[in-house]
Amino acid sequence: MVIIGFTHFDELLSALRKRDYTVIGPVARDGAIALDVILSASDLPKGCHDEQQPGSYFLRHEEDEAIFGYVVGPQSWKKYLYPPRLKLFSAKREGKGFEIVSDSATPSPKYAFLGVRPCEIGAIKINDSVFDGGQYSDARYVSTRKDACVIAVNCTRPAGNCFCVSMNTGPRATHAFDLALTEICENGTHHFVVDVGSELGQSILEDVTHRQAEKNEIERALDLLSTSAAGMCKSLETEGLPQLLNDNYEHPEWDDVAKRCLACANCTMVCPTCFCSTVDDITDLTGDHAERWRRWDSCFTSDFTKIAGGNIRMSTRTRYRQWMMHKLAHWHDQFGTSGCVGCGRCITWCPVGIDITHEAQHIRETSISTINS
Amino acid sequence: MPAKKPKLAVFKFASCDGCQLSLLDAEDELLPVAGAVEIANFPEASRRVLRGPYDIGLVEGSITTPHDVERIRHIRKECKVLITIGACATAGGIQALRNWKDVKEFTRLVYASPEHISTLDRSMPVGSYVHVDFELRGCPINKYQLLEVVNAYLNKRKPNIPAHSLCIDCKTKGNICVMVAKGTPCLGPVTQVGCGAICPSFNRGCYGCFGPMENPNPASLSKQLKELEMGNHDIMLLFRGFNAYAEAFRKESDAHEK
Repeated sequence: MVIIGFTHFDELLSALRKRDYTVIGPVARDGAIALDVILSASDLPKGCHDEQQPGSYFLRHEEDEAIFGYVVGPQSWKKYLYPPRLKLFSAKREGKGFEIVSDSATPSPKYAFLGVRPCEIGAIKINDSVFDGGQYSDARYVSTRKDACVIAVNCTRPAGNCFCVSMNTGPRATHAFDLALTEICENGTHHFVVDVGSELGQSILEDVTHRQAEKNEIERALDLLSTSAAGMCKSLETEGLPQLLNDNYEHPEWDDVAKRCLACANCTMVCPTCFCSTVDDITDLTGDHAERWRRWDSCFTSDFTKIAGGNIRMSTRTRYRQWMMHKLAHWHDQFGTSGCVGCGRCITWCPVGIDITHEAQHIRETSISTINS
Repeated sequence: MPAKKPKLAVFKFASCDGCQLSLLDAEDELLPVAGAVEIANFPEASRRVLRGPYDIGLVEGSITTPHDVERIRHIRKECKVLITIGACATAGGIQALRNWKDVKEFTRLVYASPEHISTLDRSMPVGSYVHVDFELRGCPINKYQLLEVVNAYLNKRKPNIPAHSLCIDCKTKGNICVMVAKGTPCLGPVTQVGCGAICPSFNRGCYGCFGPMENPNPASLSKQLKELEMGNHDIMLLFRGFNAYAEAFRKESDAHEK
């Protein structure tokens, strides 16, 4: 492991730009951490610390110099890997049919993702299996992902709704990054302990002033990460969870959560692994030119399950159940992992603070199968 | 011979004219629209009025007088497709606030000779009196949504007008949730999308101009608004806006009225 001093951090950004990356990273905006283009270290949120509770988020500003002193905000890297709105193609009328206009899809830039949290690496791995793991792959996702450089940042403190330890995704990045940084900002020291994860990472590092890390510097970073792991505010018991949920398909908790759930779809929008989309076909007034746009959709909307003959999930009860069971149970059947990485976004950004860990735990404690046996 | 252009007519009932002006506000798209349809009846735009029947009727405004009732029934017969535009036509509008009061008392206070005023007890959406083919929400409507509806009709396709919550628009735009991050009361989670999330984009809570979303849960939102230290009276007022008489908002405001 090596050390990059805070004063040399801008060299990392220059090294990325030199390789033609558009650097995307955290910025403080409208009282939260958002993701946007980063031009220099001064764009990063200095001295910002997030306080997250179910249904509430607060960004505290302090005098310290830490630039990664917060955890995850409402946005995730899916904003760039599969954008909320994307033109898939244009078409023009030819005789009785349409012809696709070549090269009409939105092109994808080459991104360097700066400040990817370990749980988000878990989410990107899940996105990979969704968009590039089966019979069909999403060409745009695959090319954006292949070109992307991942600069991870380990979490030296968890936020109030984090449970990455339960989902085995954090707080330390172990794979699928080019560089992983642990920020140390204490007692007059401000530097990054850096793990190199790829040849690209090594080559970027060579353009940045750095030195070998001392044993005590590595130990301090590992100490902070274990303290962070031990201090997780939430947990989700995953043992036997898919079966438990399958056994409790008619549990009264689904009725109870439906009384609270707004079906507003915020949980699915902020979830870094929710990937559902729909397409809109639009035309100009003449009907001679058409475009197909893809946009994020959610299993909480009515159109999502509208099929010929009616809607197969009319109630919020069935929609919430579908969302949670897909995430925690059926995802295993579909993709071989849980669909949840423990980032806590769905808990924080639910306007009424519905907590997926509480819902699962409540069902576990009052399981119909347990009660019946 | 070119195909005959569909005849479009615009009708106004109790309203401010803002919604029909959205059509004139279409700017770049106005000329193509005028090229694609024959504007047969649109007093805000032209003195020329062609007789019915019409292919598309756009109706703005709420039904508030016995004469309105007769007129909308006649218009329905004249229009193959009837589309109501705006909160007045789809929910009764801001003037539906009088539905909670005695309208006779108002006429006595306002007019010198109230006996000449012929009015109904309530301001009601067009759909309460005649069949409506499509309801376009908003106070005012979004001009792009209006163009989309006209466009979809001309191209015989379903309009892309989603009925889900405003929150989806906020999140896809990258807005930071004003309710979660600032504790600002916001009707977004129970309101239908369509305006482009204007208010939350400027750090304000949603006022619900597009009315209740497809399966709203206002009771749960109110409970959270109380957590944000909003009192019953303020919650009642929040739901009693431009779409006050839309069923979901009406019931919720009633539940918070002493």
